[in-house]
Amino acid sequence: MAFNSAVITFPGSNCDRDMAVALEKVSGTAPHRVWHGDSELPDGLDFIAVPGGFSYGDYLRCGAIASRSPIMQAVIAAAEKGVPVLGVCNGFQVLTENGLLPGALLRNAGLNFVCREVGLEVANAQSLFTSAYEAGQVIRVPVAHHDGNYFADEETLNRLEGEGRVAFRYAEEVNGSARSIAGVLNDAGNVLGMMPHPERAIETTHGGTDGRGLFESAIRGLVGA
Amino acid sequence: MKVRVHVSLKPGVLDPQGRAIHHSLEGLGFSGVNDVRAGRLFELDVAETTTDEALDDMCRKLLANMVIENYRIEKVAA
Repeated sequence: MAFNSAVITFPGSNCDRDMAVALEKVSGTAPHRVWHGDSELPDGLDFIAVPGGFSYGDYLRCGAIASRSPIMQAVIAAAEKGVPVLGVCNGFQVLTENGLLPGALLRNAGLNFVCREVGLEVANAQSLFTSAYEAGQVIRVPVAHHDGNYFADEETLNRLEGEGRVAFRYAEEVNGSARSIAGVLNDAGNVLGMMPHPERAIETTHGGTDGRGLFESAIRGLVGA
Repeated sequence: MKVRVHVSLKPGVLDPQGRAIHHSLEGLGFSGVNDVRAGRLFELDVAETTTDEALDDMCRKLLANMVIENYRIEKVAA
């Protein structure tokens, strides 16, 4: 059964191709490529990816303008119907800006653009996106961001932790994120936002394949394998 | 009608940019600066008929991120 996915591209997206390649390599089916100015998504999607980059030049706030673009209204509607949505890096910022995920991404505490591989602890291995991993497993995945410092108020952080909605934590200090949070799930569990780039770690030539598990989890969960 | 919208980080939200600016001011020899918070100013030129409600809506929907920021609207005499 084909895996019917879509990758959204905004002006300034630069990881959309990486994301499309990752989805095709792992699922065997090339995703639809959807432009930000479109107002409708292809029918019957199994998975939507909002990729990294610098949408709209990161003007106003990272992800803010993209989050109000025509296609994102369709993505929000699809997410609310239960379609899995993955936001990576700038895509994570877009998903917090439009309210699909709680919190916000602030400038890195150290003020530096951080571009390197980091250790990432799988905090919840029972989600749609993480079932191929084991709880507590530390994987190696690249990060590349200037605004990845996750912020939410204490009440929200407590709720996220209590409900198992922290998907990934940094296993080392990276950007000052509250409680080392690197990736969070929405309350229904079908939307994941994360700053690290799993799509950049799916082939041995990337230096590691630890990111594959995320896509394998989603594909297995959706179409069976 | 000219309107200024001042957007600032909520108290308690870490402001690394403000901190860097603070550090630079100290480096320039300005003592006695206790803290710096960086904000953002938008100058809007809007129709006279624009309501306060519409201005609030603009701030909440786009100009400010209500998770981390506060906003203040100031109408400016032409």
